[in-house]
Amino acid sequence: MNIPYLLSVVTWLPAVGAVIILAIFKRDQAGAIKKFATAWFGLVFLVSLALVGYDRGAGGFQFLEDCQWIPVIGARYQMGADGVAVLLIVLTTLLGVIASLSSWEYIQKREKEYYVLLLLLQAAVVGVFASMDLFLFYLFFEVSLVPMYFLIGIWGGERRLYAAIKFFLYTLVGSVVMLLGVLKIYFMTQDAALVSKIAQGTIDSLAGNSQASALVASTRAAAAANGTGVFNIIFLQSLGSVLSPGAVTTLEVLLFFAFALGFAIKVPMFPFHTWLPDAHVEAPTAGSVILAGILLKLGTYGFFRFNLPMFPAASKDLSYFGRFGVRHVMITLAIIGIIYGALAAMYFVVKRDGDVKKLVAYSSVSSMGIVMLGLFALNPNGLNGAVLHMINHGIYSAALFLLVGIVYERRHTRNVSEFGGLSHVMPGYATVFLVMAMTAIGLPLLCVFISEFLAMRGAFEAQPVWAAWAALGIILNAGYMLWLYQRMFFGNIDNPKNEKLKDMSGREWAYMLPLVALSLWIGVYPKPFIDFIQKPVNAVVRQVRPNYPLPGAPAPTQTAERTAKP
Amino acid sequence: MLFMFLLQANTTDLFAVRDLNLIVPEIILTVAACVALVMEVLLPNQKSRWVGYFALGGVLLAAASVVASWVTYGASFPLAGFYGMVKLDGFAVVFKLIFLLAAALTIAVSLRYLDVESEQRGEFYALVLFAATGMMFLASGYDLIVLFISLELMALTFYVLVSYTRRERRSNEAGMKYFLLGAFSSGVLLYGMSLLFGIAGSTNLGDIGQSVNSILHAPGMDDATPVPLRPMLLLGMIAVACGLFFKISAVPFHMWAPDAYEGAPTPVTAFLSTGSKAASFALFARIFLEGLGGMRDEWAPLVGVVAAITIMVGNWAAVTQTNSKRLLAYSSVSNAGYLLLGIIAANRYGYVGLAVYLLVYTLMNIGAFGVIISLHRRGVVGEQVDDLKGLAQKDPVMAAAMAVFMLSLGGLPLTGGFIGKWFLFGGLLQRGKEEGKNWYYWLALWAIINTVVSFYYYVRFIRVMYLDDRAADARPLSLSPALRVALGVAVFGIIAVGVYPQPFINLAQSIVSALAGAGAVAAR
Repeated sequence: MNIPYLLSVVTWLPAVGAVIILAIFKRDQAGAIKKFATAWFGLVFLVSLALVGYDRGAGGFQFLEDCQWIPVIGARYQMGADGVAVLLIVLTTLLGVIASLSSWEYIQKREKEYYVLLLLLQAAVVGVFASMDLFLFYLFFEVSLVPMYFLIGIWGGERRLYAAIKFFLYTLVGSVVMLLGVLKIYFMTQDAALVSKIAQGTIDSLAGNSQASALVASTRAAAAANGTGVFNIIFLQSLGSVLSPGAVTTLEVLLFFAFALGFAIKVPMFPFHTWLPDAHVEAPTAGSVILAGILLKLGTYGFFRFNLPMFPAASKDLSYFGRFGVRHVMITLAIIGIIYGALAAMYFVVKRDGDVKKLVAYSSVSSMGIVMLGLFALNPNGLNGAVLHMINHGIYSAALFLLVGIVYERRHTRNVSEFGGLSHVMPGYATVFLVMAMTAIGLPLLCVFISEFLAMRGAFEAQPVWAAWAALGIILNAGYMLWLYQRMFFGNIDNPKNEKLKDMSGREWAYMLPLVALSLWIGVYPKPFIDFIQKPVNAVVRQVRPNYPLPGAPAPTQTAERTAKP
Repeated sequence: MLFMFLLQANTTDLFAVRDLNLIVPEIILTVAACVALVMEVLLPNQKSRWVGYFALGGVLLAAASVVASWVTYGASFPLAGFYGMVKLDGFAVVFKLIFLLAAALTIAVSLRYLDVESEQRGEFYALVLFAATGMMFLASGYDLIVLFISLELMALTFYVLVSYTRRERRSNEAGMKYFLLGAFSSGVLLYGMSLLFGIAGSTNLGDIGQSVNSILHAPGMDDATPVPLRPMLLLGMIAVACGLFFKISAVPFHMWAPDAYEGAPTPVTAFLSTGSKAASFALFARIFLEGLGGMRDEWAPLVGVVAAITIMVGNWAAVTQTNSKRLLAYSSVSNAGYLLLGIIAANRYGYVGLAVYLLVYTLMNIGAFGVIISLHRRGVVGEQVDDLKGLAQKDPVMAAAMAVFMLSLGGLPLTGGFIGKWFLFGGLLQRGKEEGKNWYYWLALWAIINTVVSFYYYVRFIRVMYLDDRAADARPLSLSPALRVALGVAVFGIIAVGVYPQPFINLAQSIVSALAGAGAVAAR
């Protein structure tokens, strides 16, 4: 199926749905609104499936769109997606349907505004993944905060006001600092001496195919005609190859951290994670699903798309602070995140009134640490694992939040100690929960196994000690998940309130089954997914470490950086 | 007036009649103001609203004539007239349009407000027009005397406007405070101007610019030789700066702003925070970039420190406010700091930022005050932030408009505020690279981190409107068609600048060429 302007359609279709709801539905038609919104999400998902037609053999950026926007500052409306972005966009649209379907019962007030905001949020997030222009990217990146603020603030729990503003301001701090980085790098594209050093080969390698290269060339020509800089992401990435001619420059390190702060808060990496548990606990189920499934990926996607290729010298730097380099900082924070997240999650199983949602939130911190570790392993295995883990985390953390939401709708509590023996009354629920808990642990044949394995292997290739530390976190992960499962589902029903609980309804099965199926699919046969991400990942690795021997690529002419065969 | 012209030049002629072409918009405004005063007397009782509509017509006519003069003479800008006392260039045109926009929106939001206050009298509109006239001359004046007289014309009318609601004690108090402090600051400003005149021997800004350059960058001078007259020049610069800092309500000269803003009738607050501020910035830019452009190295650090402190104090003080007018007063203080960044940068990005941000700031601030005005009913002041509670349920359109104003004030992308800040910060970074000085980068970082603080209090409005389920009260808002139109224009303008800023940036570029000419003088 060939849809013109496919990425724009997928991006703006949800916004059109929001406008339709605003225009034709009245406030009290809650039933009609939720059916319409869910159907619309379904439509967007079906349309987005056309993106799967991405030519995996060719790789690079495809579905390109280009249009003049603000010539004075060189900002253009450019859309394009590589395999990584395609997978994330399809995951977003799928989770959109699921989030909408899971809200039918949960949301009992101001339904019209709720579904409008959900649709707008999806438009903003898809826009982030689909932009090929940094200005446009930044716009979507910032705007996505607003609908989420409302989702937490209006439909959240007890401390929703606090959680909403904390979420908003925290993520804002990072992105405003990033704005300075954006401005700085933009002005650097106007530096003719610097730009002239960029080899065409670098651009071609990052673009991945000739159409994308041609787009970069035409963008540069237009910018030169207007006397402005360039915001094209491929071009900015290729600029990275000339930022530091010798040892890494302070400027590049500063730019790296300006971008990294924005993304690290979003991820969230270890010292910046404190907003996440609050936001998750207070958010409605669908909000948590989108937050964990998609919004956190904006951060890791940002690292993959910007920090690594745009600041390659800083990303691989091992000596800027003496014996400690930028890469050490990122790896250390990632490992602390993995272990700390797991320990914190375990605390909420042990605690008398531990909140299951908080547990899942901290397990997200741990999981995103694995993604970061894989990214900064800076080799194909590590990056493949990290990118696949983004998708997998989107599947299983969304599923866990949905499962918590299901039991919360019945009992209006998420307190671990309130449950016990649930497998007797809700066998179907217990089964699905088991599958997802096992996914989270990384049981073979389920999706997380593949991605964790790849990420760990990448880390091991880079530095065995890093992998060892991360493995400790993964063991802890298994510990608290099993413990949680035991406390919630095994034993006798000692709380009389749990005796009459109903098992999952047809609607609940409808939105859980796709996630279970996906988990199995990726776990058993991940090749189609890896095919999507392999070429973009290789392009990034080639950009960061030009001499690294890539699998299936002709051997580099110079001496290989590492002799060990990956 | 006659006396002034005779002083100016060794000629017995008055001025060429064609010079009047340069000030057609000002003439229109003055005539409209005078007619408005007469109308008030002639019109029957209870019909004073007509004066308002008439004044609105006058403002629109003046705007049309500004546009017409641009279309007609645009190619031959800059045009000087009245022996160099008035200079019409892109800078003047852009600022004049901003003032007229502010005046028109102010009149539109005050029609109903004055009814509610039972203070519907025609002289209100006449005063607004006189103030607008003063602002217009601030943008096109090119001579210290013209500039000072127009500044006083604007300030005096504002003293009256702030204390306009006679029966309200708060308003009287605010007017008194504003008057005393304003008169004092005018004195300081005038003292600085007199020093500059003493050094340059001329009140013309172009002459002053050349004198400053020849003093500071005389041929054959190296860094070691002390510059004669430099202390006096510095003193003059600092005195002028202090006077202007007061007018734009920069810290530490901002004390009057919260009191005056809170006490003044809300439409006057709106006008004061936008028109008066924009005019003061026009004056600031004219004097510092054209007159004192040669001593940029001297004043840039001073203005930079003031901007940094202003941004911080304004934002942090606003966090604790519960009265929305007072809160917006502190927000306006912090915005003065952001606008100063454009003057510090003094390059293309900075100028465009200054103009675009002032335009957007006018729209969003008058819009925000317009929403507050709509809450104002007999017996209900509606000035607390909590009075907006549940507005999203009561009137979703108004709430959405207010949300747009607040997000734009904070600078969220897709709103005009973001585009303005983009250019202001961009200009600062470019200047830092050009001069190789790091403090520009630190200043930009400091300013941008503080925008996060500002979001905290801007979002508070959104929180009470949307996140609270219950409305503050069930009584209807006091809306009028003019108010609705004004808010519609404001929202549309903000979104337009945010989504497709190209035409606005092009408009703003014309102030670049005007000031870049001055920069060339400075570089010589």
